Amino acid sequence: MLNIPCPYCGLRNETEFHYGAEAGVGYPDPNTLSDSEWAKYLHIRANPKGWLPERWVHFAGCGRWFNLWRNTVTHEIGPAYLPFTTQPKAPDPDSNRDRMEGAKA
Amino acid sequence: MTHTKDTLSPGAIGRRRAATLPEQPPQLWKSVKPKKAYDVVIVGGGGHGLATAYYLAKNHGLSNIAVIEKGWLAGGNTARNTTIIRSNYLWDESGAIYEHSLKLWETLEEDLGYEMFFSQRGVLTLAHSVSDLRSKRRNFYANALNGIDSEWLTPEEVKKLVPIINISPDVRYPVLGATYQPRGGIAKHDWVAWGYAKAASDLGVDIIQGTEVTGFDIRNNKVEGVHTSQGSIAAGKVGLVAAGHSSILANLAGFSIPIQSRPLQALVSPLLEQVLDTVVMSGAVHVYVSQAHKGELVMGAGTDAFNSYAQRGGFHVIEHQLASALELFPIFSRAQVLRTWGGIVDIAPDASPIIGLTPVENLFINTGWGTGGFKATPGSGWVMAHTIANGTPHELNKPFALERFVTGHLIDEHGAAGVAH
Ligand SMILES: Cc1cc2nc3c(=O)[nH]c(=O)nc-3n(C[C@H](O)[C@H](O)[C@H](O)COP(=O)(O)OP(=O)(O)OC[C@H]3O[C@@H](n4cnc5c(N)ncnc54)[C@H](O)[C@@H]3O)c2cc1C
Ligand SMILES: [Zn+2]
Repeated sequence: MLNIPCPYCGLRNETEFHYGAEAGVGYPDPNTLSDSEWAKYLHIRANPKGWLPERWVHFAGCGRWFNLWRNTVTHEIGPAYLPFTTQPKAPDPDSNRDRMEGAKA
Repeated sequence: MTHTKDTLSPGAIGRRRAATLPEQPPQLWKSVKPKKAYDVVIVGGGGHGLATAYYLAKNHGLSNIAVIEKGWLAGGNTARNTTIIRSNYLWDESGAIYEHSLKLWETLEEDLGYEMFFSQRGVLTLAHSVSDLRSKRRNFYANALNGIDSEWLTPEEVKKLVPIINISPDVRYPVLGATYQPRGGIAKHDWVAWGYAKAASDLGVDIIQGTEVTGFDIRNNKVEGVHTSQGSIAAGKVGLVAAGHSSILANLAGFSIPIQSRPLQALVSPLLEQVLDTVVMSGAVHVYVSQAHKGELVMGAGTDAFNSYAQRGGFHVIEHQLASALELFPIFSRAQVLRTWGGIVDIAPDASPIIGLTPVENLFINTGWGTGGFKATPGSGWVMAHTIANGTPHELNKPFALERFVTGHLIDEHGAAGVAH
């Protein structure tokens, strides 16, 4: 089970969270998009092997959404950050980070 | 409706089955070094890739074909799955392709000349709430309209078919009814892959393991070959049949697909006397269980919540699924978990596969089978081979094109696919 650093509550079990896939996908103006651009917005989300910035909601705690870097190969947790703030850089792929470090982010 | 099965005792059936496991020959397919060029390169040596190569050779007369697998044959989802086979999906498009597949299963052992323990022991799908009942009944009627065998069972009829099931009304998720597909069942997954590999190899297909495809030669939007960890290989046509790794390969070829890769786990018990000769599924409480030929209970869990390529998941997912299994089958409380494992499944937004052309000429894709593509192995290979050989989709996979996400004609099988399988 993952230990996930909620920026509001600190480190909690994964079972307290729901997943929201890729973070930072802006809501486009549907009136200015072609059908394929709209399809892309609706259905295509990043699915990389490695670090992925993603959304989580702490439904069994504060109930708030936040963003988190997480590695899809090692399940390593990177820094958490709030929506509409500057995204921290992706963690170094070779670093072997302490999981707790994310909690301070 | 009342069903009775074998007249032998379950224990005797188990012993008879175990006693007849045939010996394997020392070598099933030829080991080869990759050639410089092929007419068709299939990326991915799981069941679907091998079936595609086999039907390209058998149905379309091609033989200069390579299947390129980065690990070992069937080491992806094919040999990690719980092998439930059925065709009772909701929509006409799905019914047609899964039923085509089930019909192929029914003669596959003779066709390939290889035993794979395909056993049509029947698949029960339980309903546990009023809304669940309604959707299962809808599914039952849809199957009847499509000529797919399906029966409706009351809780008492469920009990008659599967005596060890708890149908008491005072549990958290009581059994309120079930659909039953008598022609559904299970097969031995690694043998299915080996059977296809042997038959394809006999028809001249090169099977190349331990070789990863790392890129594509694309000129004027037309694929001309693949880059691999063993060098470049020219190809007239390329088929991507890489399940959980499909997004990575599509990105390397310059386009995106609506797939998310998630862990899906399963577990087995040690070998036990036969107590269960029907496949029992319950989407509502995340239980999928059958008892394999040798006697182990095989159970599937739900997907983990997040994207992953790690082929492992969280133990809380296993605990959750075992809690439900114990309520349904109190007799399992004394069985032990022998082993758990995970695969990486390719999930599409509508829980249906994507099979067809891509934005790159001569490059074809087959993905999105997610938690339930083992049952489709023969049919998927059949239509993929047709699509590659002719450059246009087969009638059965036309509706499953990548374009459906633009036209909006989704084939929503979240209900019939359940949370898994
Ligand atoms: C735990 C679990 C339980 C399941 N239960 C069921 C069930 O009961 N019933 C059912 O119908 N389905 C079930 N499924 C789903 C089913 O296993 C899959 O849909 C099906 O096996 C997919 O077959 P495939 O050949 O497409 O994929 P795979 O067997 O995964 O084959 C894809 C292959 O591509 C290879 N590959 C990837 N990238 C590259 C590359 N770059 N170069 C070369 N090779 C590459 C991989 O190594 C892999 O071997 C289950 C899956 C899991 C994980
Ligand atoms: Zn919180």
